[in-house]
Amino acid sequence: MSNIRLRSILKLSLLSAVLAFTSNVFADPVKAAFVYIGPTGDHGWTYAHDQGAKYLKAQMGDDVVVTTVESVEENSDSERVITSLARKNDIIFTTSFGYMNPTLKVAKRYPDVKFEHATGYMLEDNVSVYSARFYEGRHVIGKIAGRMTKTNVIGYIASFPIPEVIRGINAAYLAAKSVNPDIQIKIIWVYTWYDPGKEADAANALIAQGADIIMQHTDSTAPMTVAEETEGVYAFGQASDMGAWGPTSQLTSIIDNWGPYYLSRVQAVKDGTWASSDTFDGIRQGMVKFAPMSSAMPLEVKQEASKAIIDVMTGAVHPFTGPINKQDGSPWLAEGETPPAYPDLLTMDFYVEGIDSKYPN
Amino acid sequence: MNEGLLIDIIIGISIASVPLIFAAIGELLVERSGVLNLGVEGMMIVGALLGFVVQFHTGNPFLAVLAALLGGMAIASIFAFLTQFLLTNQVATGLALTLFGLGFSAFVGRGYTEETIQLITSVHIPILSDIPYVGPLLFSYNPLVYLAFFMVYLVWWFLFKTKQGLVLRAIGDNHDAAHAIGHKVIRYRVMAILFGGAMAGIGGAFLSLVQVPIWGEDMTAGRGWIALGLVVFSSWQPFRIIFGAILFGGITILQLHAQGFDIRISAQYLSMLPYLATIIILVSLRMRLKNKTNRTVPNCLGRIFHSTT
Repeated sequence: MSNIRLRSILKLSLLSAVLAFTSNVFADPVKAAFVYIGPTGDHGWTYAHDQGAKYLKAQMGDDVVVTTVESVEENSDSERVITSLARKNDIIFTTSFGYMNPTLKVAKRYPDVKFEHATGYMLEDNVSVYSARFYEGRHVIGKIAGRMTKTNVIGYIASFPIPEVIRGINAAYLAAKSVNPDIQIKIIWVYTWYDPGKEADAANALIAQGADIIMQHTDSTAPMTVAEETEGVYAFGQASDMGAWGPTSQLTSIIDNWGPYYLSRVQAVKDGTWASSDTFDGIRQGMVKFAPMSSAMPLEVKQEASKAIIDVMTGAVHPFTGPINKQDGSPWLAEGETPPAYPDLLTMDFYVEGIDSKYPN
Repeated sequence: MNEGLLIDIIIGISIASVPLIFAAIGELLVERSGVLNLGVEGMMIVGALLGFVVQFHTGNPFLAVLAALLGGMAIASIFAFLTQFLLTNQVATGLALTLFGLGFSAFVGRGYTEETIQLITSVHIPILSDIPYVGPLLFSYNPLVYLAFFMVYLVWWFLFKTKQGLVLRAIGDNHDAAHAIGHKVIRYRVMAILFGGAMAGIGGAFLSLVQVPIWGEDMTAGRGWIALGLVVFSSWQPFRIIFGAILFGGITILQLHAQGFDIRISAQYLSMLPYLATIIILVSLRMRLKNKTNRTVPNCLGRIFHSTT
């Protein structure tokens, strides 16, 4: 009697285990969720992530259910949002640096859910981190800027003094300097990721102070529209092709291409092969791309830009190749030396020598 | 520093202060009538959206500004209905209005984040605009800039030079007494709230039509709250709005320029200054009130009026 019961229980549990296994791996669509810091219509950072989510959906079709939540502030709100998503999803992408602590906290409570934190550095068994080497893109646009400027002043609209933004400034400056020794870079910190009015004010201030090339590390298209309004001023788009706002002013644009990464991670969940990982990809892996080069650029500048892209892609050139000193003159990289991703690149907190702005505190 | 740069800085400051002037002068009239509407941000963002949408579809800046004005009024009318007829709490209703405006505009404006428009151009007055220095500084702005300053004058004139202005101030100071002698408290307040909505709407449209030719969710970025602070800063005196707006706008622009020149003042300290000034003014106002030498704060500000007769 007890034996029969035991056997039937065993059979039943085996059956349910098989059922659960097949349903997990083959039948059910993977549920993927994305948490965004800004509106998807910013045409910058969040827009690019949302394009990635759309790519994922287009590629996997019925095999994936995508949920997105936009404009989630980096305070206790984010923890609530991530928690409620964790109840219903298999994998969650939290796409801003400030989501780090909430992501780790929720991940601890939901060990079966996979988490992917953008631009972070804290790994757990169910938490991956991923970021792109945007400084490689900044290296390329720095070369273009150095050639295209007539006033020898590059204006840089910066958001917050975090390593990613500092890397961009240093990479752009070094590249511009390498083709134009007289170059000067003017940096304005606006302390926001997204405020079209303030970004436009900053662009106007830079132009008034002599800049004829505008670079931005903020997310709205406002600086591009200011460049478009002003004769003889060029600009570079941020995160997506902003050519619609600067048909004559945009030289090119660094495009954040997250789609293939999202596809591979969600596919891994589906296949049951997902493992915690640390990704820092660049031009070579196709995570950093470029909008078409403007016809305003002379052929030799286009060629130089293309060469810069290929050099970075093949690894022939690293945007940070010594000798490079820090702003205070102390040595950073020796002749021919290139920095490791960690700690040098991922915690960068200094300007390189030659930048004459004060480092923000 | 050359003159061209100085002119650019002054123009930049004027442009940055105009949305604040519009929103604050509208709210000043509202508060003078004894109503506290915290929905300025919500009314501004709706104005910014509608101005952009109409400019995008018609290309007619006059219609665009009109749409922004009507949009601001429409959303203000919700506030007027709730607070004046259903007697809801003004602070809670105003906050709800801001949240509603931000959400509504984000929802309706979804399809417009991809678009761009022709900026409303500045005026060019023959001869006057060509005078060196004076021309660019005084006679080459967008028409809305002149309108902003004119509205300040108009509100001052209305409040202090007309009978209706006197009645409105009386209602703001003591609605029971004003009611007792036969003034239409609710009617005045509704009109004031609608005017406030119209001004906030134009202020928002200035952002999306003149400052940047794009529509973006949350693009007012807290300017409605600064306008509310400005009303207090001005101690409810219209012309001080201009002074305050230039101070707020000026600090924003100057700290951007200071960074370009690598002048070592912390940006955070600078952006704190106007708020610090507001707090100091609030405190000094309070102290003067104690001494009964100043009666500028409308006594019935934020209080619900319920006629029993």
